[in-house]
Amino acid sequence: MIESLITVRDLNIHFPIKRGILSRTVGYVYAVDGVSFELAKGETLGIVGESGCGKTTAGMAVTQLIPITSGTVTWQGQDMRELSRSGLRKLRREMQLIFQDPYSSLNPRMRVNDILADPMDVHGMFTGKQRRDRLAFLLETVGLAPEQGRRFPHEFSGGQRQRIGIARALALDPSVIIGDEPVSALDVSIQAQIINLLMDLKANFDLSLIIISHDLAVVEYICDRILVMYLGKVMETAVYGDLYGRPKHPYTQALLSAVPVPDPLRKKERIILKGDVPSPINPPSGCRFHTRCPERMDICDKTVPEMIDFGNGHQAACHLYTRADAQ
Amino acid sequence: MKPSDSENILEVNGLKTYFFSSRGAARAVDGVSFHLSAGEVLGVVGESGSGKSVTAQSIMRLIPEPPGKIVDGRIQFDGMNLLDLTMQQMRLIRGNRIAMIFQEPMTSLNPVFTIGNQISEMFILHRNASRKDALDASIEMLDRVQIPAPKRRINEYPHQLSGGMRQRAMIAMALSCDPEILIADEPTTALDVTVQAQILDLMIKLKEDFGTAVQMITHDLGVIAEMADRIVVMYAGRVVEEASTGELFRQPLHPYTIGLLDSIPILGSRTAGETKRLSEIKGMVPSLVALPDGCKFCDRCSRVMAVCREREPELTEVSSGHKVRCWLHVEQPSS
Repeated sequence: MIESLITVRDLNIHFPIKRGILSRTVGYVYAVDGVSFELAKGETLGIVGESGCGKTTAGMAVTQLIPITSGTVTWQGQDMRELSRSGLRKLRREMQLIFQDPYSSLNPRMRVNDILADPMDVHGMFTGKQRRDRLAFLLETVGLAPEQGRRFPHEFSGGQRQRIGIARALALDPSVIIGDEPVSALDVSIQAQIINLLMDLKANFDLSLIIISHDLAVVEYICDRILVMYLGKVMETAVYGDLYGRPKHPYTQALLSAVPVPDPLRKKERIILKGDVPSPINPPSGCRFHTRCPERMDICDKTVPEMIDFGNGHQAACHLYTRADAQ
Repeated sequence: MKPSDSENILEVNGLKTYFFSSRGAARAVDGVSFHLSAGEVLGVVGESGSGKSVTAQSIMRLIPEPPGKIVDGRIQFDGMNLLDLTMQQMRLIRGNRIAMIFQEPMTSLNPVFTIGNQISEMFILHRNASRKDALDASIEMLDRVQIPAPKRRINEYPHQLSGGMRQRAMIAMALSCDPEILIADEPTTALDVTVQAQILDLMIKLKEDFGTAVQMITHDLGVIAEMADRIVVMYAGRVVEEASTGELFRQPLHPYTIGLLDSIPILGSRTAGETKRLSEIKGMVPSLVALPDGCKFCDRCSRVMAVCREREPELTEVSSGHKVRCWLHVEQPSS
C-alpha cells in the first residue's frame, strides 16, 4: 500500500438506550465494537455485512458525523478529534457522501443547480463566473445535460437522481467518496450504469472510495479490498481475490455461499446458517458469530478470537486458526 | 386432488390491466399471456414498472378499482375465467386455492393480531374449523415452516418476530389451506442474504411437500436461476421472452434479456488484477403513459432496426417452449 489516507484504530461506537422519565441509560447498542481499517490513496474499500452489522455506522464515523465512543480516526496522520471546527470543516470538503435512496437524499424544493451549488456556497468555492462552468461540468461528468440543471428532482428517474447525488458529491473536488449502498435502490439495468460511472470517476478524478453494501457481487466488482463485518466486529478482511477465492472465516464462507448465482448450471453447495442475527444490544459472548457458526467449538463462546494475519493483508478473527497459520 | 404434471392449471391470455389518471392511461399490463403447469416454479422477472406485480394482483383480483381496471383478457383456472367471478366467488379461491406472499412481511401482517390468530383465520374461514382446531392446525403449520417453539410463537405479535420469521409465518399462512398455486411477489427481497438462503431453501422443500405450483416474481436473476423451472421476462407491460431456465441463461434471444444478463455482476467472476466494465443497457425504462410506437424496447436496443420503431412484434415461439417478441427472430412482414 502506498499512502494511507484514512486510518481507523479500535473504533467503538455505542449508542445509549434511554428509558423512563429520567432517561437513564439502561444499556448500549454496540453498533461498532473495536473496528480498525485503513483506506489507502486511490483504493476502493468495501464494507459488507448484513443489516445491523454496523457497516454504515463504521463508514459514517470517518466523516465524524456520528459521535465516536472511543478509538481514533486519522486523516493523513492527523487525529480528526484534535481538529478545530474550521479544520474539520475543511476536511469534510475532502470527504463526500452518496446515499442509498436517491428519492429522499435530494431536496424536492430545490432545482438541481441549487442542489449542486449548495456545498459550494457553504465552502465558498467556485464563486462568480466559475460557478456556471462548474455546474455544467459536473452534470456532464455524470452523464446529464447542463440544461437539466434547471429542473427539479422529481422530473428525473431513480438512476438519474443517483447521478445528481454523485454530481453533488463531486462538487467540491473531494479526495474520498463514501457510498452508502449507492446502487441498492436501483433497477438491474441502471445499476450497471452507476457502477461503471463510479469506476470511471474514480479513475478520472483520482478518488479513493469506501463502498458500504450488502451486495457481495457488486462489491467484488468495484472494490480492491473488502472488510466483512458481523454484529459490530470485523470478521475478515482481504483483497477481493483472496476473499472470494479463499475465504477463511466461516461467516464469510456462509455469506458467499448464500448469494444466489445467476447461472443455473453452477449449482453449488450452500451453507445454510441457522437462526437470525442476534441483537447488538446483547451481543453473544466470545466470538459474536458462535450462535450461528457451523464450525463452533468449545472455546468460541468464551474467548473473543484475535485477528490472525495470513499475509497479503488477509486477516480473519476465528478460533479455527492459530498463530501457527499466520505468516 | 392435484392435477397431474404438465397440465396447465393456470392460463393467462391477453391480460390487459390499465390505470387511469389525468395524465392518461398507464398500460401497466398490456396483453400478457403465459401459463403455469402443475407443480412447476415459474419465474417472472422484470424491472420496476414492467408489470410483473400488477399481473399477479390481476390474477388475485386485487387491483384497486378505480384507478385500475382489468380491461381485457382471460385468466383460466380450473375451468373458470377468474375475471368473470363475483367478489364472493373470488373470496373462496383467494387464499384457499390461490395464495400469495408479499415482499414486506411487516406491512402484510396485521400488527394488532397475534400470529396464531392470523393463521387460524385461514382454517376458520376456508375450512369451517373450530377456534381450537384452527389453533392446533396453526401450530402444526408453524412447525412445518421451521419456526422454533411454535406453541409460544403462536401468541406473539408480528413485531416480536424477526424479518425472516415473519416471512416464514406468511408462508405458513399462505400454505395453510394447501393451495394449488402460490404466487410469491419478491418474497426474499427485503431479507438479508443468509436469511434469504434459509427462506429459498424452505420454499423448495415445501413446494415438494405440498406439490404447489409457484409463480415467483422477482427482479433478482440469481434467485430466479436457482428457483425457477421456466422463466417469463417482462418489459413495459409485455412478455418479451419465455423459455426454460436452462435455455434462457444459455441462449437468451431478446436483446433486453441478453443485456440484463450481461449487466449483472456475477459473484466470483472477477479474476485478480483485472478491472472489468459491466456492459450496460443505455437509457431507462420508458414511462408507461408515453411508450414508443413499435417495440417498447426500441429506444434502448443495441440492435434496433427500422421495422422496430414502426410495428411491434408478436410473442412468437421460435423453438420448442422458447418464445420471443423481437423482429430479429420473428419473420418480418413484407412491406
